[in-house]
Amino acid sequence: MTGKAKLTRQAMCDRLAMEFQDGWIVNLGVGMPTLCSNYVDESRSIINHSENGVIGYGPLAAEGEEDRHLVNAGGQHVTSQPGMGIVHHADSFMIIRGGMIDVTVMGAYEVAENGDFANWRIPTRKGGGIGGAMDLAACAKRVFIAMEHNTREGAPRLLRRCSLPVTAPGVVKMLVTDLGLFQIAASGFELLEHAPGWSPQEIQEQTEATVKVSPGLREFRFRG
Amino acid sequence: MVMRDKVYATMDEAVADIPDGSTVMCPGFSGVGVPRNLLAAVNRQGARELTCISNNAGTTDELVDVGTLVEAGQVKKMICAFTAPTHPSVISPFVRMYNEGLVDAELVPQGTLAERIRIAAAGIGGFYTPTSVGTELAEGKEHRVINGRTYVLEYPLPADYALIRAWKADRFGNLQFRLAQRNFNPIMAMAATITIVEVENDVVEIGELDPDQVHVSGIYVDRIVKIPEDGIWDGAKPGL
Repeated sequence: MTGKAKLTRQAMCDRLAMEFQDGWIVNLGVGMPTLCSNYVDESRSIINHSENGVIGYGPLAAEGEEDRHLVNAGGQHVTSQPGMGIVHHADSFMIIRGGMIDVTVMGAYEVAENGDFANWRIPTRKGGGIGGAMDLAACAKRVFIAMEHNTREGAPRLLRRCSLPVTAPGVVKMLVTDLGLFQIAASGFELLEHAPGWSPQEIQEQTEATVKVSPGLREFRFRG
Repeated sequence: MVMRDKVYATMDEAVADIPDGSTVMCPGFSGVGVPRNLLAAVNRQGARELTCISNNAGTTDELVDVGTLVEAGQVKKMICAFTAPTHPSVISPFVRMYNEGLVDAELVPQGTLAERIRIAAAGIGGFYTPTSVGTELAEGKEHRVINGRTYVLEYPLPADYALIRAWKADRFGNLQFRLAQRNFNPIMAMAATITIVEVENDVVEIGELDPDQVHVSGIYVDRIVKIPEDGIWDGAKPGL
C-alpha cells in the first residue's frame, strides 16, 4: 500500500452531503454517515429523518445541553428545531417503506458493481445486525454508501459480486470512499472524482471490480 | 360514567403474575423509552423461559434493560433487529450467551418488526413487504409479485405482556410520550394482552389529559405505576 494521503471520513461525508438537494428527506445510518449532518449549506433545507420516529431534528446537542428524551438512530443526543415532529416506530417505517426518504446514507463492508451491498452479517460470526438497514435499502429513493476503499488488511471492497450476504440487491446509486466518488450505472463503477494525488490507474489497482473513468473526471470538490 | 382506576402502588405488584413462558414486549430505542423499573421488577420476580420482543437485546452498560433478564437466564428467546454486536469489540451479555447457545434468537428487520407488532394490534393476519427481498432473510418465505414489485409475507407478532414507559398518564391509562421516548411504546402497548406502564410524570386524574393529546388510548392499558423517587430515572431528576 502506498503511503499517500486519503480522504478523511468527514471529507467523504461532506462530498456525499453536497449531493443532497433542497427539500430532501435524509436518513443517515449509524457511524460514519452521521458525519453528513456536519455539512451545512444554508441555501438548502434538509429534513433529517431518524428511524426512531424523529423527523426534522437539528444538529448534535452540545455537552450539557442534551435532552434525555431526544436521540437519533445512533443514540446521539440531537437538538430539536422548529417544525420537528415525532411519530411512533411503525409510522416511522411507514415513511421509509412508503418511499418518502429521498436518500439514505449507510456504511458497508462491500459494494458490488451491480449495485448490491452488504453491511449486516459476517458469516463466520453468529447472528447479524440489521436494524433498519434492510427497510431503508429496499425502499429509499436512493442509497448512497460511505466506506473506506479497502479493508484494514488492504483487501478490496468494491467487488464484481458481494462475497457477504447482501442487505439489498441492486440498490446502490452512489458511493464515496477515501479514494474516489463513484456512481453505479448499468456498466458498473464509474469514477467521477478522485482523491488529490491519486490517478485512476492507482485507484483501479486498489479495486477488484473494473473502474470506468468518467469523461468528466476531476479531483474531489467540496463546495457547490 | 366511572372509569376503572388502574393505578398500582409498586412495580413489583404490577408484574407479580407474569408466569414462566410468557412472551413480553420491551420497547425502547437507544436507551430512551425503556421500561427499566418494570424490567427490574421482572428481574426480581424471577419469571423464566420468557420470549422477549425488543429492538435490541441489551447493551454493555450497567443500566437495567432486557439484557438484564437475558443475563439472569430468564429469557429463552429474543426476537429483535440485532443479534450481533454493532462493533466486534462490544460484546453484550446477550451476544456472549447467544454465541454460547444459552439463548435463542429470531432476527427481524426493524421495520418488519414494528409492522408485525402493529398488525398484531390491528387484527391483520399478515402483510407483504419489499424489505429483505433478495436476501437470506427472505429464504423460505412466501413471495408475491404485486403490481410488478416483489414482496415477502410476514406475520403478526403478538405478546402476553407489554412493559411500557410513558411520560404522562391519567388513572384510566390514557398515555402521552415525550419526543423519542415514543418509539416502540405505542404499538407494543396496543399489541399485548396485558399492558403495564411505568410513568415518569404525574399520573393525573381522569379528565385532566387533553383528549386530542392522547397517544395511546387507556382502553389498551391494564396497570399503571408512577416511577418512585428512588426509581430508575435515566439520569433525570424525579418530576422533570
